[in-house]
Amino acid sequence: MLDKNGIAKRIAKEVQNGYYVNLGIGIPTLVANFVRDDIEVEFQSENGVLGMGPFPFEGQEDADIINAGKQTITTMPGASFFDSATSFSMIRGKHVHLTILGAMEVSENGDIANWKIPGKMVKGMGGAMDLVASADNIIVAMMHTNKRGESKLLKRCSLPLTGVGCVTKVVTNMAVLEIKNNQFYLIERAPGVSVEEIQNATEGTLFIEGEIPEMNI
Amino acid sequence: MINKKVNNVEAALVGVKSDMTLMLGGFGLCGIPENSIAELVRLGVKNVTCISNNAGVDDFGLGLLLQNKQIKKMISSYVGENDEFERQMLSGELEVELTPQGTLAEKCRAAQAGFPAFYTPAGYGTEVAEGKETRDFDGKMFVLESAYKADFAFVKAWKGDAAGNLVFKGTARNFNPLMCGAATITVAEVEELVSVGELDPNQIHTPGIFVQRIFQGEKFEKRIEQKTVRQSS
Repeated sequence: MLDKNGIAKRIAKEVQNGYYVNLGIGIPTLVANFVRDDIEVEFQSENGVLGMGPFPFEGQEDADIINAGKQTITTMPGASFFDSATSFSMIRGKHVHLTILGAMEVSENGDIANWKIPGKMVKGMGGAMDLVASADNIIVAMMHTNKRGESKLLKRCSLPLTGVGCVTKVVTNMAVLEIKNNQFYLIERAPGVSVEEIQNATEGTLFIEGEIPEMNI
Repeated sequence: MINKKVNNVEAALVGVKSDMTLMLGGFGLCGIPENSIAELVRLGVKNVTCISNNAGVDDFGLGLLLQNKQIKKMISSYVGENDEFERQMLSGELEVELTPQGTLAEKCRAAQAGFPAFYTPAGYGTEVAEGKETRDFDGKMFVLESAYKADFAFVKAWKGDAAGNLVFKGTARNFNPLMCGAATITVAEVEELVSVGELDPNQIHTPGIFVQRIFQGEKFEKRIEQKTVRQSS
């Protein structure tokens, strides 16, 4: 079973040379720590920066330079700032190659829910609806089950949707799965996790073919 | 040069009344029009509709207007950092319209640019699209979203001049340039009001035509919402 850093580490392997990448809040933010340093990648934050760098050193933080999680950040050489409409032109116009975001639920047809629990939590969707409706390459980073042990990979999402039929890949603490033909295709197992355990933790239709390799991270 | 300069925040907010629709720039607490918000609190206008990506925190930004119960309706994309907001929303005192962030930006830009509406894929198939016209373009579904209509826009810039030209800094740019000219009257507060001619015309982010009033903000707290640092190696 992977921890949050393990999930981020596995997802980092999906990041390719020349990619512009948008990282959501939570586990996705950790991905930046594990991207190979022999490739060129630029991180976009939808509040208006391309070429995001690491957190600043103590005393170097600038209230005017933050990421979409409202955290103080730095920029890399070659970075740029822009307004929010330009930022979403990059996203909606498919100039960003890879979007990595968290989710509360994902369904077997690629629907995603991550912005609202009616009556309990209403924080808003932020940029998530624009991101999932626009990007071709969306990876969801999340735990396989919720705090009550219930599957987050479902036949149908029970929570209000963020987007329909948009998720292509899910990386959880237990597995890597691709979504196509209204099924979750099991691609890899997390170290020490059996196919049976993944099956038991997956409510949606799970397609298993042949030997499922263990992740190499 | 057409002079947009006013002497202080009081003069800048002349004409703001209860029941108006106001746009406020900023993302989180970054690049918010602090001085104009303080004046809105002082004026005590009520029942206003605020269009702003976020709603501030409990004791800063738009949170100050919320505490004072001056806001009737909030139009935002993300409101997660504010307990008083959540309380007023769940109790029904506050009307809330949640809009995807890119759509919110574009609704401002559309108002600025004279477009009545536009199609976006964001929110298709979700409750955001309920009751809205949808349309297929080349096999993909889009939602028709309308431009905002606002009485005042309050923005914050780094530098500006009496002609109303604005330069923003870092990610404090965010929604600010998009709200300029998107309301009947745009009020810009700047950290530094420089002499006309000092700003390089090549480097101006928002041309003065989109701004009706500009003033030097008296003080900027520029509070950091999430201070994150790394250890020095």
